[in-house]
Amino acid sequence: MDTYSIFREFADSWGLLAMMGFFVGAVLMVLRPSARRMHQDAAEIPLRDDRPIDNQEPYNE
Amino acid sequence: MSFLKHHKKIETRATLLLVLSLVVVSIGGIVEIAPLFYLENTIEKVKGMRPYSPLELAGRNIYIREGCYTCHSQMIRPLRDEVERYGHYSLAVESVYDHPFQWGSKRTGPDLARVGGRYSDEWHVDHLINPRAVVPESIMPNYAFLMDTKIKPETARPLLLANARVGVPYSADMLEHAAADLKVQVDIDGDWEEMVARYPKAQVRNFDGQPQITEMDALVAYLQMLGTLVDFSTFKPDASR
Amino acid sequence: MDVLKIVFFAFVALIAAMAASFGLDQAYILHALIIMAVAFYLFLRAVRQFGEPAPVVGTGYQDDVVRAGVIATAFWGVVGFLVGVFIAFQLAFPALNFDLPFTTFGRVRPLHTSAVIFAFGGNALIATSFYIVQRTCAARLWGGNLSWFVFWGYQLFIVLAATGYLLGATQSKEYAEPEWYVDIWLTLVWVAYLAVFMGTIIKRKEPHIYVANWFFLSFIVTVAMLHLVNNLSLPVSIYGSKSVQLFSGVQDALTQWWYGHNAVGFFLTSGFLGMMYYFVPKQTGKPVFSYKLSIIHFWSLTFMYIWAGPHHLHYTALPDWAQTLGMVFSLMLWMPSWGGMINGLMTLNGAWDKLRTDPVLRMMVISLAFYGMSTFEGPLMSIKVVNSLSHYTDWTIGHVHSGALGWNGMITFGALYFLVPKLWHRERLYSDTMVSWHFWLATIGIVFYAASMWVTGIMEGLMWREVDAQGFLVNSFADTVSAKFPMYVVRGLGGVMYLAGAIIMCVNLWLTATGARRDTPHAAMAIAAE
Repeated sequence: MDTYSIFREFADSWGLLAMMGFFVGAVLMVLRPSARRMHQDAAEIPLRDDRPIDNQEPYNE
Repeated sequence: MSFLKHHKKIETRATLLLVLSLVVVSIGGIVEIAPLFYLENTIEKVKGMRPYSPLELAGRNIYIREGCYTCHSQMIRPLRDEVERYGHYSLAVESVYDHPFQWGSKRTGPDLARVGGRYSDEWHVDHLINPRAVVPESIMPNYAFLMDTKIKPETARPLLLANARVGVPYSADMLEHAAADLKVQVDIDGDWEEMVARYPKAQVRNFDGQPQITEMDALVAYLQMLGTLVDFSTFKPDASR
Repeated sequence: MDVLKIVFFAFVALIAAMAASFGLDQAYILHALIIMAVAFYLFLRAVRQFGEPAPVVGTGYQDDVVRAGVIATAFWGVVGFLVGVFIAFQLAFPALNFDLPFTTFGRVRPLHTSAVIFAFGGNALIATSFYIVQRTCAARLWGGNLSWFVFWGYQLFIVLAATGYLLGATQSKEYAEPEWYVDIWLTLVWVAYLAVFMGTIIKRKEPHIYVANWFFLSFIVTVAMLHLVNNLSLPVSIYGSKSVQLFSGVQDALTQWWYGHNAVGFFLTSGFLGMMYYFVPKQTGKPVFSYKLSIIHFWSLTFMYIWAGPHHLHYTALPDWAQTLGMVFSLMLWMPSWGGMINGLMTLNGAWDKLRTDPVLRMMVISLAFYGMSTFEGPLMSIKVVNSLSHYTDWTIGHVHSGALGWNGMITFGALYFLVPKLWHRERLYSDTMVSWHFWLATIGIVFYAASMWVTGIMEGLMWREVDAQGFLVNSFADTVSAKFPMYVVRGLGGVMYLAGAIIMCVNLWLTATGARRDTPHAAMAIAAE
């Protein structure tokens, strides 16, 4: 098999599959129920942004 | 210390996001483009293709400089009307020496992939000076200034050399005679046999009818050779592409 | 440090002067002179400031650079639209090419595309991303004056690119026309931009990275990658602007459209979605409809866009499998695009009444509507059968403009209307009535534009392929050109309306910034309406 066919085979089989796998994983990660609070919190960021930023401690978890 | 530990984690997360996005966006490009560089059958095997002669290459530069590609394509699709109107559909090999390619994306004017030999030099010159003199409906700009701009033959060699460096098979012989080859292509009384031997099918004549070598000569020489090189009797379509 | 600066600028000015004297072409010489002048000015400034104590480093949000970006956005917007109107009328009345090399359509068209995409759009992205990243990270921009380098460096890039086109310096790769040294300069500026943006995210005081920043980050990174690969070229001489591309023919074509399509995907979509995900919640006063959807939107777009490039090359010499892959991914793109649009629109849930009273919100909503429309049209046009008709025709031009004028333009106008009162510390805009005027002029202008281009595009596509009973082509190419004339005039008029709207905006913003006020604020209008 020539190099082209090898690449092509990979491109429209395993390459595509691996990519889809990663994508599905990313979506599942987003949809997991435990992430809800985090998302709600993050969604509020733009609405609480006009506070002064001087003398603030860097973020601590 | 605990602060530092946390800070590092945040840093990793921002960087992680950066790296992940980069990986994701690279996949498509690598998978789609990389194979093309290894394809044995992306580019057809036909007879007749050769690098541009110095004058034609100078003409191609004018074509690029003036943004002709904004209105003219050089890519005939294998559709009935296009083949009827413009000729045999374009092969990948026909732009193999085009750094950069000139396929275009818009036909405000007609396709030019096979315009070579379709019109006389006089027609091209008249048309470029004032398109509406020969095609009343045309909306093309006038390019009369090409008649007055002279081409310096000594600019040919650096241009050929740069093309050679990115892979166009210009031989040492071609590079050495670049300036002379440029001059002789507009001089039918000159010793052009060697030039034509180096660049088969190169057309030799005074394209714009003026004694000097102008940008008009170069552009018309380029237009007149477009699509004339490939010997289609040697072309076999490959079903597996 | 000061000495180093002085020596460096003097050195650059000297090199530029040498380059100007050795230069082989007009564009190169002019550019060398521009760089020399800039370096000389910086040299003088460094000498005058020599020995002075370093200026106090500011605290709080760094908004001066955002203000500059807002001004640049409005300015380049008007320039870009004006040039667009000019070339639109050139296509109707070719005498407007004026028989000069510098004013022909072929040279001015790249000026228009670069001015609107990179100058108007790019400045809008840089300004809003600097504003948003600070607000959503609760942190001052990282890198001190580096953000100013990004701003001025980017303006220099625009000036070099624009003057280069008019003098004939072009690589002929659409939306990547600037020549090699301009590309190198943009790379430097872009790396600085990435550094400022990443630095600010890293030092953030907010636990989460807000989704708008995800979009901005992927835009910055991807554009860097696209720019580097698509501009690989070898200069013919270091004293000239001309270069030859590393790739040729089919490889170069695919690389170009991989770039070209993802410039749309990441510059004009991802980056502007970053704006949308901040300004729409801000203007409605509600968080985004679904944060989860926004993240899925992000990953889907990032995944799928990058594969869609080959739909620009249907039926060309590109291998069929790559064309099919491009088509399939383009069709799939429809889903995340509409997911994002719905997410933006649903943010208005419970605040729909604000549409009646708030013309700025109306602008953002119509931009989402146009986003939805053009992301539906795009996949449609990527279907090979449809593409065989639409490709090479004005339909493509209409599609691009419904996206660019409708989506990118309108969301940017919305952002500018939001930002100017905030940045200049004004309570509200000078006039909401003028915003309404702008809204209607722009909307009707786009309708004129898109409708006329659909008509000419489909008409010329059909005319090209029309054959008679004997199988001969019915129309000559020239027939199709003359048939398009009336629609070209309509398109030009649509452009004039859009331009007029933008000028009204500039006046409004100018008066807002200087502190003038005209009609009643919209709160009062709302009471009157009830």
